Amino acid sequence: MIGVIDYKAGNGPSVQNALDSLDIACVLTADADTLAKCSHIILPGVGSAGATMDSLGALDLIGVLEAHALRDKKPFLGICVGLQVLFAHSQEDDADCLGWLAGDVVRFDEASVRVPQIGWNLVEFAYGHPVTDGLRGGEYFYFVNSYHIRPENQNDILGMTDYSTPFCSMVAHDNIIASQFHIEKSGEIGLQLLKNFTRL
Amino acid sequence: MLTKRLIACFDIRNGMVTKAHKFQDNIDIDEAQAVAKRIYADQIDEIIFYDITASADKRKIDLDTVRNVAKHVFVPFTVGGGIRDLNDMFEVLKAGAEKISIDSMAVRNPDIIRQGSLAFGKQCIVLSMQVKRVEESAKIPSGYEIAIDGARVFTGMDAVAWAKRGEALGAGEICVNSIDCDGTHQGYDIDITSMVADAVNIPVIASGGAGKPEHLLKVFSRTGASAGIISSMLYSPKMDKNYSVREIKEFLNANGQPIRPYIG
Repeated sequence: MIGVIDYKAGNGPSVQNALDSLDIACVLTADADTLAKCSHIILPGVGSAGATMDSLGALDLIGVLEAHALRDKKPFLGICVGLQVLFAHSQEDDADCLGWLAGDVVRFDEASVRVPQIGWNLVEFAYGHPVTDGLRGGEYFYFVNSYHIRPENQNDILGMTDYSTPFCSMVAHDNIIASQFHIEKSGEIGLQLLKNFTRL
Repeated sequence: MLTKRLIACFDIRNGMVTKAHKFQDNIDIDEAQAVAKRIYADQIDEIIFYDITASADKRKIDLDTVRNVAKHVFVPFTVGGGIRDLNDMFEVLKAGAEKISIDSMAVRNPDIIRQGSLAFGKQCIVLSMQVKRVEESAKIPSGYEIAIDGARVFTGMDAVAWAKRGEALGAGEICVNSIDCDGTHQGYDIDITSMVADAVNIPVIASGGAGKPEHLLKVFSRTGASAGIISSMLYSPKMDKNYSVREIKEFLNANGQPIRPYIG
């Protein structure tokens, strides 16, 4: 069973629809006991880093997520803001975040590009990872973001994308996987990646 | 590199995709869900459904149709028309749409842009504007006026000024819908699309007038538009020729426009 975190700033229903279409059992929940029974955890996200952290805090989910992802090492997938909050700090709302991964989150340079970035952009994968199985390379994914991550640890970088400046669009660190793009809204390629994650 | 987007737009009545002919005699094309599935399979980049209204109450959004479409479409999905307040926005997003398109309501109550943006994030809020070419004046320096209520009511507002205000209030995208070009199939209004795209730093969607792939090439190469809305050219029985998403994408790619390639 895949646990999809249900919180105010999330687009959990879209992730649930995507998993349903793949016939993969999932539950949209913020309940610690329900999550304890899940083999995989997905943290979806839309909106701002600050609001996401506030919402996770208000639902007492921070410790729960840490227990699953850091202590029990369950496969964990963060999407969009669900990726950004894994880092120590975000410029957005000057928010202190989870800090599971070393690095920070900064705004795109508005002098050179339209912000937010909205649309399909190319992701180049640094190496072959089980979550990218079946991808041929040169695939486009759907992005909606005003901020991007800057991982300190080069080994955490799985995917890179260019939006006037190159930025890290996907990370993999042990059991923790996260993408800036919306896996659940990136067509059949996105669904393939999602399916691969559930098989980790 | 970020690609340009092709957005398929459909009008929905009672769960059916319809096409108005000269603003009347709506022809039912097919069930909304079936059309959405087909266009998703054709690798469209994004989908917009307008005026998803239920038969019993004309003003109420048909959330069942939104839900059914969201179950089968794994590209971004926007719902517009019939949204009255924050609660409607919440219901539509909860039903599985990614974005809300607001138009006349935003003119009547501009603060709804700010409220929606704060509540759901600016990426959820598409400000759609109906624009008509008029004489340039002190009040309307761009020469384009904003209309509302199906282009029936003119507001005296300048289109470029309204776009900038919408951006400042928190809109995530602006859709420029040309009343003059709509339904002509003769191409987008390049002038106003260009002016709005130059005036704001959020993505701009060109709308109204697309009849063939050349029209998309023109709007993408001559303006800063990030996306183009296509409708009749995809499916209208009134058109001499309909085009597949694949044909349009292959044409744009062959002509140097970055677009998510069709995967055969």
